[in-house]
Amino acid sequence: MNGDATFLGMPAFPANAAVAVRDSQLRYNLRKATHTIRGKRAAAVGELPDWAELRRAGKEIKDHTLRNLERYLVRMEEAVTAAGGHVHWAADAAEANRIVADLVKATGETSVVKVKSMATQEIGLNEALELEGITAYETDLAELIVQLGDDRPSHILVPAIHRNRAEIREIFRERMADWGRAAPEDLTDDPRALAEAARLHLRERFLSTRVAISGANFMIADTGTLVVLESEGNGRMCLTLPETLISVVGIEKLLPSWQDLEVFLQLLPRSSTGERMNPYTSTWTGAVEGQEFHLVLLDNGRTNVLADEIGRQALRCIRCSACLNVCPVYERAGGHAYGSVYPGPIGAILTPQLRGTASKLDASLPYASTLCGACFDACPVAIDIPEVLVHLRGKVRHARVERLGMRAAGWVFNRPARLARAQRLGGRLRRFVPGRLPGPLSAWTDTRDIPDIPPESFRDWWDRTDGGVQ
Amino acid sequence: MTAAGSRELILSRIRSAVAGAGEVEITRAYRTSPDPVRATGLVELLAERVADYRAVVHVVDEGEAVATIAAALARRGATRLVVPEGLPPEWVPGEPVTDDPPLSAAELDGVDGVVTGCAVAIAETGTIVLDAGPGQGRRALTLVPDYHLCVVRAGQIVAGVPEAVGRLDPSRPLTWISGPSATSDIELNRVEGVHGPRALEVVVIR
Amino acid sequence: MRVALFITCVNDTLFPGTGRAVVTLLRRLGCDVEFPRAQTCCGQMHVNTGYPEEGRRLARHFVDVFAEYDAVVAPSGSCAAMVREQYPRLARTPAAAGAPAGEGPPPGSFAAEVAETVPKVYELSEFLVDVLGVTDVGAYFPHRVTYHPTCHSLRGLHLEDRPTRLLEQVRGLELVPLPGADECCGFGGTFALKNPAISAAMCADKVHNVTTTGAEVLCAADNSCLMHIGGTLVRQRAGVRIMHLAEILAATESGDDRTVRG
Repeated sequence: MNGDATFLGMPAFPANAAVAVRDSQLRYNLRKATHTIRGKRAAAVGELPDWAELRRAGKEIKDHTLRNLERYLVRMEEAVTAAGGHVHWAADAAEANRIVADLVKATGETSVVKVKSMATQEIGLNEALELEGITAYETDLAELIVQLGDDRPSHILVPAIHRNRAEIREIFRERMADWGRAAPEDLTDDPRALAEAARLHLRERFLSTRVAISGANFMIADTGTLVVLESEGNGRMCLTLPETLISVVGIEKLLPSWQDLEVFLQLLPRSSTGERMNPYTSTWTGAVEGQEFHLVLLDNGRTNVLADEIGRQALRCIRCSACLNVCPVYERAGGHAYGSVYPGPIGAILTPQLRGTASKLDASLPYASTLCGACFDACPVAIDIPEVLVHLRGKVRHARVERLGMRAAGWVFNRPARLARAQRLGGRLRRFVPGRLPGPLSAWTDTRDIPDIPPESFRDWWDRTDGGVQ
Repeated sequence: MTAAGSRELILSRIRSAVAGAGEVEITRAYRTSPDPVRATGLVELLAERVADYRAVVHVVDEGEAVATIAAALARRGATRLVVPEGLPPEWVPGEPVTDDPPLSAAELDGVDGVVTGCAVAIAETGTIVLDAGPGQGRRALTLVPDYHLCVVRAGQIVAGVPEAVGRLDPSRPLTWISGPSATSDIELNRVEGVHGPRALEVVVIR
Repeated sequence: MRVALFITCVNDTLFPGTGRAVVTLLRRLGCDVEFPRAQTCCGQMHVNTGYPEEGRRLARHFVDVFAEYDAVVAPSGSCAAMVREQYPRLARTPAAAGAPAGEGPPPGSFAAEVAETVPKVYELSEFLVDVLGVTDVGAYFPHRVTYHPTCHSLRGLHLEDRPTRLLEQVRGLELVPLPGADECCGFGGTFALKNPAISAAMCADKVHNVTTTGAEVLCAADNSCLMHIGGTLVRQRAGVRIMHLAEILAATESGDDRTVRG
């Protein structure tokens, strides 16, 4: 993958997480934010008597679309073209970046405004445009915080979730002037004041920039319609005011028909921000109100995911981030530890499938979960994340010492007599087991005691007492 | 501008990826028609749900609409108002600003607010949908000004999202509005007011 | 009805008292229980760590051992969930996955054996409440207890309130709610070794919640999670004991649960 330059060369998840978990400020910020949203989501979902039915329909619509993806993509292309838009196909990140850069250059502009988009982050579009002399201005408040802070996103919905209001105030005061209008002198850390500062900072940019780049939450194959959900109005600004709009959209974002929106406009807002509806949703079909419109359809590994019978359910994801917000591992490790624009449980199954598991980091991601199942319960399209995690664990390369240990354990468990002998050996040696274990097992005894090994296993007790009768 | 073959490459990858996979039927067992209990109180439900987003809501009879709008604009101190084509002229007092010839973004930024109607309103979610039709105008009109007053008629209100989707025409540019501009980006708490209109006032005519 | 005890390898080796408690409890309820000596391990550790071939071998062995029984009772939500959720997946061959829906697995195949055996496997509280139809098992345990609904019991098996209904009927027992009960304790099998920092942080929060209840005993339907939380409780000298659900349900006034403490 061409993008993710800032994530390259990161250590494996456990090392990243071990550092993050000691950062008490980060722990506090994450805990506060994830617990806030958990409650809101539960209330918004609980309000709908037909949530289970909507969830089922959402899952099936996505599965149906993926099964017939070729047909629906071609239909989408026809509909967009008929409505005056232009469709481009990008097999990988490099191709998508080149298409977008060429389109921007053709307008003669050297700056673009951007709507928050996971796909363009995944392909590293901003960095690629910078190399071509084009400046991309992020306009979503959280993306602005990340961009101004030379930071990396740590959450799908709220990329600056790792920052609290005091930190955001500092970033605005120190960096806004470098990117345009400076922050007010008397800026406080009141969220209202911070939002007002962002409004002032970006206002002139919105009114004057002539090219915008977006992603999309959904594409409707039958009608050629694109759909963007947002909260702040920065999306509307970018989608409406510039003369040229370029949307980079993953091929899995497709829905067959306009009617299907009735399901996803209920599933997505309630799962992501925990609202009945997000403040703004824009839909448009082709070139509207005199705008020039380009759609870049992005593969970049998605067809590999599609080829995996178990793993392909990850392509149902609508990027709501409910799984992040309920994940106990994400809550303590934070998003950066996952080394990808897709953190949390969905990232742990999506990143290794999109990028492969050649790096230590990517190979460690399927293990970044206790398989507690909270993500599956929260997922509005019923992605069985634990199932995919287990499936991917079966495909990564294991350390030699672990392979030997597992083989030995398998050998013992294959015969009850071997198990009984091993248990008796353990019983005899029970007094010699140290309080702190050596090697990889020290990970256990660093913070926990090990249980006392009983003198007699259950099976030996059963044999000795004839099942407790004697 | 697609490299020769990328389209065919992607489509052929898809073809081989799903070869042999079973077809998937879609079960739509969710609610698609109005809840009988709620059908009688759509106006009240809409008003309650819009207000939940901290928008200002008035529910009035037809005869009270003009006075209510005038009072709202006076309270706001909004005198320079944009009106889209097709809006009942009596709704906005004085001499409103029209979008003919089209106003620049900077000009829109200079007005006090905008008054529009809508295409559909969804009671359950407190959502108003504009489709750039008569009385609504192009999308920028309701985006750049900091104050948006929207008039909803009872007949435009539906119970839930499925009915709204059914009533709307996807070939038109649509804007679904649920309260004023807001963000949850700071500590995941909702704060009203970023780039879109920071004040939304809704007048519902019973 | 022939009832088999699936003790699980963890209980067999480290917590034999739990197995003895299950035997005591079921006999008290008039249910004779057999212990098939050939049983070993359900294969959960192998499958969840990424060794599906070893796991499949153990799953085959499990099905061979337990196929002939009418009911298989396991004092472990995690192992019961393993059998119920993962065995059908382990038995699913690529060809079977592409087969049209509605057609069952071919007779005599591993998938068919799994489909036959899996529905007969019950976690202990399921067996008591759903099969035997009891919630008052005649237990006496005069202590303040809090219950941790382990992840696989809660979200895997959907045990819901079965364990707490059983505990509420225990004479003398005061059941106090555990804050953040539905949150994982951080054990996760080999997760505790592969991601020790996060595992320990999760456990520290769980232990904190346990100690705020003022309970003397932390109860769960899974000894592996209890071993994890208990190991931290002991290290922190928190003064809270861990007990498996079966051990509390086996206890009586007369203290004739000698097999439990053995």
